[in-house]
Amino acid sequence: MDFNDTPEEAAFRAEARAWLAAHAPAHALREGERLEDAEEARRGRAWQRALYDGGFAGITLPRELGGRGGTVIEAVVFHEEESRYNIPKGPYITIGLGMALHVLAHHGSPEQKARYCEPTLKGEMTWCQLFSEPSAGSDLANLRTKAAKEEGAREGDEWVVNGQKVWSSWAHHADWGLLVARHDPSLPKHKGLSFFLVDMKTPGVETRPIRQISGASDFNETFLTDVRIPDANRLGKVGDGWACCMTVLSSERIGSGSPREAVQEMVEYIRRTGRGADGGNALDSAANRVALAQALAEERGEKYLAARLRTMISRGEDPGAMAAMIKLAYAGRNQKMLGLGMEVRGLDALAAAPDAGDTLGLHYEYIWSTVMRIAGGADEVLRNQIAERVLGMPGDWRPDKNVPFDQL
Amino acid sequence: MNFDLSDEQKMLAEQARGLLAERSPPARLRQLIGEGAELDAPLWRELGEMGFLGAAIAEAHGGLGLTALDLAVISLELGRANACLPFFSSVVLAGGALSACGSAAQQAAWLPGIASGEKIGTFAYAEGPADWRAALPATTFAATSGNEGRITGTKSPVADGGVAGFAVVLVNAGGAQAFALVDLDQPEVSRTRLDSFDQLRGHHAISFAGAKAELLAGDADTLARLLDQAAVQAAFEAVGGAQACLTMAREYALDRQIFGRSLASYQAIKHRLADIAVAIELALSNAYYAGWAAQNAPDELPAAAAAARLTALAAFKNAARENIQVHGGIGYTFEANCHFYYRRERTLALSLGGREVWADRLIAHSA
Repeated sequence: MDFNDTPEEAAFRAEARAWLAAHAPAHALREGERLEDAEEARRGRAWQRALYDGGFAGITLPRELGGRGGTVIEAVVFHEEESRYNIPKGPYITIGLGMALHVLAHHGSPEQKARYCEPTLKGEMTWCQLFSEPSAGSDLANLRTKAAKEEGAREGDEWVVNGQKVWSSWAHHADWGLLVARHDPSLPKHKGLSFFLVDMKTPGVETRPIRQISGASDFNETFLTDVRIPDANRLGKVGDGWACCMTVLSSERIGSGSPREAVQEMVEYIRRTGRGADGGNALDSAANRVALAQALAEERGEKYLAARLRTMISRGEDPGAMAAMIKLAYAGRNQKMLGLGMEVRGLDALAAAPDAGDTLGLHYEYIWSTVMRIAGGADEVLRNQIAERVLGMPGDWRPDKNVPFDQL
Repeated sequence: MNFDLSDEQKMLAEQARGLLAERSPPARLRQLIGEGAELDAPLWRELGEMGFLGAAIAEAHGGLGLTALDLAVISLELGRANACLPFFSSVVLAGGALSACGSAAQQAAWLPGIASGEKIGTFAYAEGPADWRAALPATTFAATSGNEGRITGTKSPVADGGVAGFAVVLVNAGGAQAFALVDLDQPEVSRTRLDSFDQLRGHHAISFAGAKAELLAGDADTLARLLDQAAVQAAFEAVGGAQACLTMAREYALDRQIFGRSLASYQAIKHRLADIAVAIELALSNAYYAGWAAQNAPDELPAAAAAARLTALAAFKNAARENIQVHGGIGYTFEANCHFYYRRERTLALSLGGREVWADRLIAHSA
């Protein structure tokens, strides 16, 4: 066991640090600076371009795809160093870098890789995910969006897509979408799916922002009406849709970086919360300390579990459903900790003054924490995965298995 | 970065696991409880012969001179087996105190015996329900000459106090916290066996009526460091216990048919065990880091040890309780193996200070 950098890692860290010192400050947010969506998108693209020019875009992506061809550990090291600067990147960037490049690398044809990888790495092409539907969330394969060919069409002719997608994050800013649709309803639900890359400016694609409980609209409904997609934009073979989805989703769970240490920030917030007569604070309460310490300890556990999984990956081992453990632990613990923060703060947490940035942040985070328990694998789905794939317990009763979709 | 046990450590774990599974199976534990034993003496001798007891003791004193993480690998397996052995008292605490602050003569006198298993030590710190961390001990040390003197007072409960031949006793020496080394086989020492909640780890009240003692060179800081080191080992022991509970619950659920299908196929059971599996992996990850820090990053040890301790005991608590729950009525019988862990979990949870103590240590040392 060794937490110190190997000589190669140390050299890479020094290189990354020097490059970041020269380039990152110009892109970092100023103290208290807040960006509108469009501006955040612009700044994120600019930073991605700088990374590309500096040779740090797509660190683990093979060189032939325009990446650096580096190791998982190098990606972690770079992320650690990069996170010292508060740089606006935007979630849309990671959908492209994390998901689109991943699925292109695994399932893309040489032409597709050549066309999409480089602009994505440069920040010139952003992506959204068109997976979920009103009746297909955790049960994603239940999706109904249809991809059909016109009567008399031949192989290689274009597809016509009709349906409705939902929860497509930042689809209103994205250039391209990763789309899964049903090409053959006479096959069982997981088998009749195909995967497409769709230009979001294609006629018939309409995104409508969803008004969320946070008040913001990060997510969209995306309506697809007679959207024509060239067959050249199909990823993988006809019927490979589910495999492509799994590739995308696996990239969603193996984050390369450690999240910021949010519990320590909460400890400081509670320390700033005055209590009692003589300069005391809310940390004087043992009940508060015990609850916060448990959260601190769990957050550390998540960080070191991620380090263990990265060690496995760097050796070519597959951590499998163990990756789900971190997300499951994080999402629940985070919501609990934020709720605790409000309780400890007391009534003051209910109504924030315009300049009370920390309490306003808490409002936002507590609402957002509900998303983390649902998106990217709901708690219940992850528990099933862990029970079945890590503990080897039986799968649930599945009346839909092996039944043609149109007979369900 | 390489965050995994070494091949040698994995081999050591396998060796310890194999030996303990063979020598200390549940039937043996039931037999020991039936006999009212406080020590599995043949197994203790065997562990000594194999070098396990001296793993972290310097080679000059008959040990193997390995690291805290090597010792931890053994602690984890002892937790899994729930063996009836004074490993934590003798090797981790008494041996740890001697290695940290014993004089050359004291180390030469006691460490080889700890390593071979011929001498059993314990650490006597509690004095009834009083908060032993907050105040000076009521047990006092009065110097006679040099570091020698006599101690008076009662320590209770003392884990493994019945089988120990000597104790490191937390005392008040002239208004300061200090460690006194006491041979327990002397007329000025009397022991009373207590009704120990953990049937596989005996506890005694030990009274000292002017018993001969000598001071170790430790102070309050040494105590804090010793407790951090011990908390890491206890965390590994707890993870081992939690893993045993999870394995048991899983196997029982897979085996048991209920309402026409496997008990393990119900989400109520699957999700519960998934949560336990997650808690165990978080705890093990914290424990790995703390075991590494104990050797390589002393400044980070207080926070790392506290985090390991908190997550490991949270995992073990949940695992020990839910293991009985998944078993249902059979889990309440002496013939099932759940109860060993249900009791041991409380021993670990309450030893070295409870949750609040370690929560405070983490808050104080978290950057």
